[in-house]
Amino acid sequence: MINFIIQLSLFFIILSLISQFLGKYMANVFEGNIYGWLKPLHTLEGFVYKIFKIEASKEMSWIDYLIGVLVFNAIGFLVLFLTLIFQAYLPLNQYHIKNMSWDLALNTAVSFVTNTNWQAYSGESAATYFSQMTGLALQNFLSAATGIAVATALIRGFVRKTTIYIGNFYVDFTRSILYVLLPLSIIASLILISQGIIQNFSSYIKADLLIPFKDSIKEITNQIIPMGPVASQEAIKLLGTNGGGFFNANSAHPFENPTAFSNLFEAFLIILIPASLFFTFGYMVKDKRQGWFLYIVSLVILISFMVIQYYYELKGNPILKHLGVKNTYPIGKELRFGLSGSSIFTTITTTTSCGAVNTMHDSLTPIGGLIPMSLMALGEIIFGGVGSGLYGMISMVIVAVFIAGLMIGRTPEYLNKKIEAKEMWSSVIITLIAGITALLLSAMALITKSGISSIENPGPHGLSEILYAYISAANNNGSAFGGLNANTVFYNITTALAMLIGRFFPIGAVLYMAGSLANKKLIPPSAGTLPTHTPVFGIWLAFIILIVGLLTFLPAFSLGPILEQMLMLKGVLF
Amino acid sequence: MILKHIRQSLMMFIFFFVLLGIVYPVLITALAQVIFKEKANGSLITYDGKIVGSKLICQPINDPRFFWFRPSSTSDFPCNPLSSGGSNLGPTNKQLIKNVKSRIELLKSYDIDGPYPGDMILGSGSGLEPYISIKNAMLQAKRVSKYSGIPYQNIVSLINKYKEPKTFGIFGADKVNVMKLNMELLKWMKKDQHQKAY
Repeated sequence: MINFIIQLSLFFIILSLISQFLGKYMANVFEGNIYGWLKPLHTLEGFVYKIFKIEASKEMSWIDYLIGVLVFNAIGFLVLFLTLIFQAYLPLNQYHIKNMSWDLALNTAVSFVTNTNWQAYSGESAATYFSQMTGLALQNFLSAATGIAVATALIRGFVRKTTIYIGNFYVDFTRSILYVLLPLSIIASLILISQGIIQNFSSYIKADLLIPFKDSIKEITNQIIPMGPVASQEAIKLLGTNGGGFFNANSAHPFENPTAFSNLFEAFLIILIPASLFFTFGYMVKDKRQGWFLYIVSLVILISFMVIQYYYELKGNPILKHLGVKNTYPIGKELRFGLSGSSIFTTITTTTSCGAVNTMHDSLTPIGGLIPMSLMALGEIIFGGVGSGLYGMISMVIVAVFIAGLMIGRTPEYLNKKIEAKEMWSSVIITLIAGITALLLSAMALITKSGISSIENPGPHGLSEILYAYISAANNNGSAFGGLNANTVFYNITTALAMLIGRFFPIGAVLYMAGSLANKKLIPPSAGTLPTHTPVFGIWLAFIILIVGLLTFLPAFSLGPILEQMLMLKGVLF
Repeated sequence: MILKHIRQSLMMFIFFFVLLGIVYPVLITALAQVIFKEKANGSLITYDGKIVGSKLICQPINDPRFFWFRPSSTSDFPCNPLSSGGSNLGPTNKQLIKNVKSRIELLKSYDIDGPYPGDMILGSGSGLEPYISIKNAMLQAKRVSKYSGIPYQNIVSLINKYKEPKTFGIFGADKVNVMKLNMELLKWMKKDQHQKAY
């Protein structure tokens, strides 16, 4: 326990220090104050606009911006879909991998375009190097940059007054890649390779076993070890809170996450940009306290969940202890990370919308699995996805300001902007749509044969598997209770639907809100203004987040993980 | 307006396809192959001039003369790198209990008694983990010594030699790499045979 506390404290101290700098840096970049030492990149940026005839100086209205987002993402989807269904004919297919089926390709393409990275395929046997590099890894960058661009547009809505313009999508998008995602990915991949993550274009390697294996049924003399450009994809998978592993086992795979250090470094990469964006927000609205405020509220909620998760995993499964197993937490976990490394990663990957896993969540204890599920159910706003976390959190703040306003009879305002019907409509859509989608689709899966037949673990755990799948998809997380057989037409289509709804409805609502806010006048704070950076408001916000996020799911959770926990303590098996 | 977006989006997409889909991974591969050649290629182990595996990937094993990895439920055979993944069995699944019981029976048949460290009974998340805990290795030492004929003391000092403590005494776990241990045992046995032959 002491060891866990030391790791946790070190982790968050370093995060707090670095994310402030990165936050300030990003604020400058997005405002167009490009640093002198970035001159070469700035020249490249201008060059790109010129060659490709991007009208960079032309600002966009919210609808214009939204069309840009949708058209760009539609192209990305189409190219990825075609790549996957024709991958066998494309280059770099050393292992003779087949074309993906239409439903799997559809699911995978939607999954990577929406920054979800739900994986119904397994990377080492179903995706070629070409698909991974130019399809999946590319979308990791593009979907993350889309998120950052949309969040930037929303911030501009608060900063600007009486204008219909909220920025230029292509410029915001290009800047977040050239100045943020790409340089960070290059540094991160090299650090990851130094730990043992592979990066090559070799064919899969046939290794003759050190000691040939023989039992009554079969004889095995070799194993085929998959290779590939893993590190370059790993870096952006984490930095962009994407989470789609090169291999099926994701960040549990020794080639994706070989050491205890690489493990914490990966967790750090996941949370780095979402944390920094809170500070970017503070800088851009010229009130740093607002950034710190969101950061601290998120941090407190995350750490509480993290400690609970660690505690229940440490306590373990009494049924196994009874059989003579001393510590039961190693199940589904990698020894080399330690329990602390697993708990930190598991909670960070679900509180952000990353979804990379270093632990098989399906094998967690019931409460140990309820925690990551709840973190996703909160709507991916406690840090959340790259960009999407920030705009989700801001919507939640608006809801909190509005409810507080109703209770104390003040006009709801946030950052000198009046909160009115348009903002409330948008915020309510953003905060509720994922939960509604997840619950409706889970209910549908539970009453159809094709939904039920994919369950691996019977009893209440089966319900948890289905709930987890749709909560993960609708909130664009992408982690899974992996026992559920998700590569069926039913799950491929329904989870794809959940991912699309959970991604593009909120984006539309955010841009609509950004347009409405930008059009408003700034009203100077008065005695009647509710300050939005005080501890009191922080506690209020935390309560609103927990109530809106968890109350929606309480009935479902009680029949799944909570019931299973009670049955496990009684020794009931299924 | 939409046509204009389609044109600009397409252009941007082509640019980023080349930059991020091709130039970036090729650049990283080139750097990796120069700076970290061994690691970037999978930390492979060669023995007698042949590739016999990777330091980071476990192998199927049931030979009592050697150390065993953690249980692995990858499909086709244990430690199959083409199908990485855990068992995904939940805490109240009968199958899990059945697997645990048969694993314990197997250990008991080699006179290894509990309580067992978790990593000796329960599979990892990847199904490919090459490490076991020190406790696990020590419990196996007697069996390895008995069947391989190598003195118990030598086995224990081998474990101590290859022991990898927590990073900075804080991060991760105390562990030992089974690939490295078994390599040493294999060399030992070859040397022994060689001596006996003369």
